[in-house]
Amino acid sequence: MLTNEEVKTAADFFTREIGRLAGEQPIRLMEVCGTHTVAIFKAGIRQLLPKSVELVSGPGCPVCVTPNEYLDTAIAYSKNPQVIITTFGDMLKVPGSTSSLAAQKAEGGDIRILYSPLESLEIAVANPHKKVIFLAVGFETTAPLAAATVLMAEKAGIKNFYVLSAHKLVPPALRALLMAEDIHVDGFLLPGHVSAVIGMAPYEFVVDEFQTPAVVAGFEPLDILQSIYLLVKQINEKTPKLENQYGRVALPAGNVVACQTLYKVYQRADAEWRGIGKLAGSGLAIREQYGNFDARTSIPVTVEATQEHVGCRCGQVLRGTILPTACPLFGKSCLPEHPVGSCMVSVEGTCAAWYKYGAGRWQG
Amino acid sequence: MCLAVTGKIIALQDMLATVEIGGVTRKISIMLLPESKVGEFVLVHAGFAIQAIDEEEVRKTLELFKELEQYADQ
Repeated sequence: MLTNEEVKTAADFFTREIGRLAGEQPIRLMEVCGTHTVAIFKAGIRQLLPKSVELVSGPGCPVCVTPNEYLDTAIAYSKNPQVIITTFGDMLKVPGSTSSLAAQKAEGGDIRILYSPLESLEIAVANPHKKVIFLAVGFETTAPLAAATVLMAEKAGIKNFYVLSAHKLVPPALRALLMAEDIHVDGFLLPGHVSAVIGMAPYEFVVDEFQTPAVVAGFEPLDILQSIYLLVKQINEKTPKLENQYGRVALPAGNVVACQTLYKVYQRADAEWRGIGKLAGSGLAIREQYGNFDARTSIPVTVEATQEHVGCRCGQVLRGTILPTACPLFGKSCLPEHPVGSCMVSVEGTCAAWYKYGAGRWQG
Repeated sequence: MCLAVTGKIIALQDMLATVEIGGVTRKISIMLLPESKVGEFVLVHAGFAIQAIDEEEVRKTLELFKELEQYADQ
């Protein structure tokens, strides 16, 4: 452990060096992960950076990038009295086209919040006449857990457990951002816990093909400051590379067992991202072999026609092209209590984080 | 969503581990980290151990932060 004095000294060093290396030219760094977004706000890191260094949030909040169509499907399932929905709490308040899971729960839908996807299996065993659907949302950190739960259900012979997959993969989203003409990013803070699973190799294209600096970052304030320092140093020296600040958790090879489990149950599929659109091979669909666990193919459902919310600029926020404050709804009709768009819902959503921690700045 | 915490494994039984996280104990699955051992620190995400913490790397990171002291107020 470090003493407060040691933390302060290290933070002073990084802050000073970032200022010295950054110079006058604007530098735009993207923290891809929603957990980083929150950590950056909590530690007040933006206030420590020179004016020329801007941090923008990326598409790394899984709930935020989940499209309306998925929510509408989950909401439609929740209206089926034979169905129990199990989900992480974040999904509850996300508005679909005309309703939300929270609204369905209030109307009597059996929707249960979990800490771990494994709890779905206990619920399935306790309710043999119901169909238990787990809302499998999340990146590579979370997807192996859902896959492991499917394998455990198979082993235990549980036949009333299903998964509705909206899993997404981080590297294809990075590629889409790097290829977009309207997005400019000088360097990426890469998600440490996704990296703990997938390792370093899947990011190599960021440097090899796009010559963009990238650092896998931890979540403590000093981890983030050091990662920003490493990025600014690369930019200053014009030596883009892939570095790992979070070596204590993000091993270069990742977690091989977790990746094997993930791809045993799932295969890559095209997926729709809110704000970004359809990206080839950026999502995960259940393999045919495990098709009896796939809610979409096993349980028929009629889903309403999807509508987008007029005025919500969540899509541009997720691409890092605007800050939440540029959205006309932010802090007015779109509030954490009554979110219009998904970015205001999840605690890790960019708009929610700006609203919670950024009040002093956006109110001027 | 990718929030994860560090826990210390204090007991193991098949694919279940009892971990201590900040003074609280809970059972987690080690299906994704089957080589886990008692006494190890692991990263816990939604009821699963997803990675072992490399204590040597922890030490190196802390050393590096401490070494920055010599650059203080330069």
